[in-house]
Amino acid sequence: MDALQLLIGGVANGCIYGLVALGFVLIYKASEAVNFAQGDMLMLGAFLGIAFINGDRADLPFLLGLIAASLCLGALAYALDRFVLRAIFGQPQFAMVILTIALGFILRFAAGTFWGYDPVSLETPFAGEILRLGSLTLAVADLIIILATGALTFTLWLFFGRTRLGVAMQASSQNQMAAYYMGIPVKRVNSIVWGLSGVVSAIAGVLFAAKGAVEPSVGLLFGIKAFAAAVIGGFGSLPGALLGGLLIGVIEQVAARYAPSGYSQIAPYALMLLVLILRPGGLFAQIAQKKV
Amino acid sequence: MSLLSVENLAIHFGGVKAVDGISFDVQAGEVFTIVGPNGAGKSTIFNLISRFYQPTHGKIVFDGQDITRTPAHNIAELGIARTFQNIELFDHSTVLQNLLVGGHTKRRASWIEDVLHLPRSRANEREARHAVEEIIDFLDLAAYRDKMIAGLPYGVRKVVEIARALASDPRLILLDEPASGLSVEETADMAFWIEDMKKDLGLTVLMVEHDMSLVSAVSDRVLAVVEGKPLALGTSAEVQSDPRVIEAYLGTAA
Amino acid sequence: MRIHFKRSYDEDIRLFEDWRRMAKYAVLLAVMIALPALVSAYFLGEVTLVLIYCIAGMGLMILAGHTGQISLGHAAFMAIGAFSNLWFMEQGMSFLLALPLSAVFTGLVGAIIALPILRLSGIYLAIATLALSIIIEDIAIIAEPFTGGVGGVFAPPVDVLGTSVDRYGSPNLFYWMCLSVVVIVLLGYANLLRSATGRSFLAVRDSEVSARALGVNVTRTKALAFGLSCAVTGIAGALYAHFVQVVNYESFLVLLSINLVLLVVIGGLGSIHGAFFGAVVVGLMPQFIAIARDFLQGSVGIDISAYPGLDTTVFAVIIIAMVIYEPLGIYGFYMKIKTQWQLFPLARRDMFRRSKSYLKTERMR
Repeated sequence: MDALQLLIGGVANGCIYGLVALGFVLIYKASEAVNFAQGDMLMLGAFLGIAFINGDRADLPFLLGLIAASLCLGALAYALDRFVLRAIFGQPQFAMVILTIALGFILRFAAGTFWGYDPVSLETPFAGEILRLGSLTLAVADLIIILATGALTFTLWLFFGRTRLGVAMQASSQNQMAAYYMGIPVKRVNSIVWGLSGVVSAIAGVLFAAKGAVEPSVGLLFGIKAFAAAVIGGFGSLPGALLGGLLIGVIEQVAARYAPSGYSQIAPYALMLLVLILRPGGLFAQIAQKKV
Repeated sequence: MSLLSVENLAIHFGGVKAVDGISFDVQAGEVFTIVGPNGAGKSTIFNLISRFYQPTHGKIVFDGQDITRTPAHNIAELGIARTFQNIELFDHSTVLQNLLVGGHTKRRASWIEDVLHLPRSRANEREARHAVEEIIDFLDLAAYRDKMIAGLPYGVRKVVEIARALASDPRLILLDEPASGLSVEETADMAFWIEDMKKDLGLTVLMVEHDMSLVSAVSDRVLAVVEGKPLALGTSAEVQSDPRVIEAYLGTAA
Repeated sequence: MRIHFKRSYDEDIRLFEDWRRMAKYAVLLAVMIALPALVSAYFLGEVTLVLIYCIAGMGLMILAGHTGQISLGHAAFMAIGAFSNLWFMEQGMSFLLALPLSAVFTGLVGAIIALPILRLSGIYLAIATLALSIIIEDIAIIAEPFTGGVGGVFAPPVDVLGTSVDRYGSPNLFYWMCLSVVVIVLLGYANLLRSATGRSFLAVRDSEVSARALGVNVTRTKALAFGLSCAVTGIAGALYAHFVQVVNYESFLVLLSINLVLLVVIGGLGSIHGAFFGAVVVGLMPQFIAIARDFLQGSVGIDISAYPGLDTTVFAVIIIAMVIYEPLGIYGFYMKIKTQWQLFPLARRDMFRRSKSYLKTERMR
């Protein structure tokens, strides 16, 4: 029972990692940009959620606040791509890496200046609620996170498979040039993907804030763990990112329980390095070779 | 004698048979051209010979040595150089530096000697420059010697790429569409250079080309390939008049 | 514009194009040597730090600027250099022996770590090194026998040819020591770039496929570049340890890694000059910001110290502007001005226009 409880806690954490990784892979697939500010977008989403939902702030109902936060962050991410990243469209990946790292710094500073550097947490209707199933004690927050992630994943799956925009995104992620010739406005699609990634990050952020305290620097480590998740999942694969996140979440919980202190923090990264060495393409990916 | 022989070569990508049972021999000192419609697998044959792709089956023998399993970075040292369809130069370096990389296999100094700039490293540099200057003379590139690649006209870049391949002092040179994107005059120059490479440098040339004027002007033998399979082999005139080749290019007579 | 006619291959190979250029660098070196007599001890300390940044910057420039591989975790290699250097000295080795030895050790560790990852495209290396930079903190605590655990290690004054060199006790000697290391590393770097090995680095950066077709073993070349880069960075780490005198798990945080990347980008990727320009900016930025803070508080009455993290933000804004408007960094900007000056009044605006390609895929290099 203890193991199962540990597993569910790990899966809940893993869902959040997975969602951040998802937002990150979305952007990568669309524009080959690796967004090093993804963790900071989660942080911002969490703060936005707190600003909309908490009693001493806007005091909106939970769901409404979640939607408001997602829309805000989605708009912000769209604007970031439209006004900052599009300026370096066509430059090498390196430039994008540097740019997003710098953006991360600025987002962190903005959050710190608006909301302060002290940890705050989100007031939710289910905070501290516990569900007992026989000898199993489960935090309701964990269950809600898992359910919400499942629902979001299903929605995204429908979106990519069934809507015009989703199909356009898939097309431009496979071959930008061809998509452009087929009349898909690739640049605008890229910005919309950023917006979508912002929405996913905001939901992840709010779920994260429902579980624990948030402060501006929380994003950095989180972002790197999400990278690890994406790499484990194969870097270009959406379900892979989610599964990679789950794996990281579970490993982290297990290591925290059973490994000596000091070693447990290393576990997620060690797992990633191991995957890179043994299965360089990730657990779920195909490696393509450049055509000459 | 045959310098390069390809036996029953095939590569499948998933279900696609890009090259499917190609065999040919390139004699030392000849210009051998592969022609075929787009997607016939011509460039894939090049990528197989320069070992970027691993063939599904078949054998590649160069100068009596089986190179079917040789790593790609050891091919240049054996004496096979190549150019690329879409020009793969080092854009942020000068023409001279590009050609010097061509002489990479000739170096003898280790990296430690290079860092310390010991006598052997300096001797290497002198020899490399000497060799490269001859190629610059040969292909008439002196005017562009210290120019960055990024700013050069397309036609010049094509020549630089050939120069860089020559700098590795090959016995066999693979030219992947040397005339694509060139003007009529530039194509005529290219024909002269290919002749010169064959006559003056004693090189064997294996070429993929669409421009039939160039193909007819320089080729000793031509192999037509369609859908990864060999179709006809002979002189340029023979192949061009072969009804199967005409059909492959133009479709069945309407 | 001066035109230089070359008469022998040696003229092309040597480090300085002509005597003018040689004289320029000689004057610069003379000023640097005489610096302790010209500036205050406090400022000299700052310049020493800049020199250490120069070494670390050159280390990363080999990799990022000349081989085209991104490492976001070079602080980890500074840490390895620092701790191994102190450990070797603890075993009774003299500093002059321990410094190169720690460089070799760091280089080997780097090459071994990177070898499996280098087969993949560049972005994996960036992420793996970033992860390395995160866990080095935990590793420094775990590896207590070598790193002193949480408490860290104290760096004793070093003994160079019978003279004790100490940052506070003999700041001038310490400065000269760092300067000579900079010069030695610089010479090695310049030698590398004019050799076949250096050209193979550039070849791998610009086109892996054609490098391979020309006989360059791409994986080996990348591993060599990574190893050399780590070795040089390790030297910087060792000197840094003696500069700050106590190093522990907190001395080499991720932020330092990121600062190093920003250093090479601001300075100008792909040129040795860039490492130096970048080091000056990164090393002196805290000073500039402190001066700006005092000025603002004194004259306008705005207290910017109320906004913690403002300095990194200013930094970030500079970076963004740089990446968008001047991707070749300070060195690129300098070259532009110089060309314009030499060609005056013939320079045209489009001369410097970058060709914008529709996204050239980097997934499949």
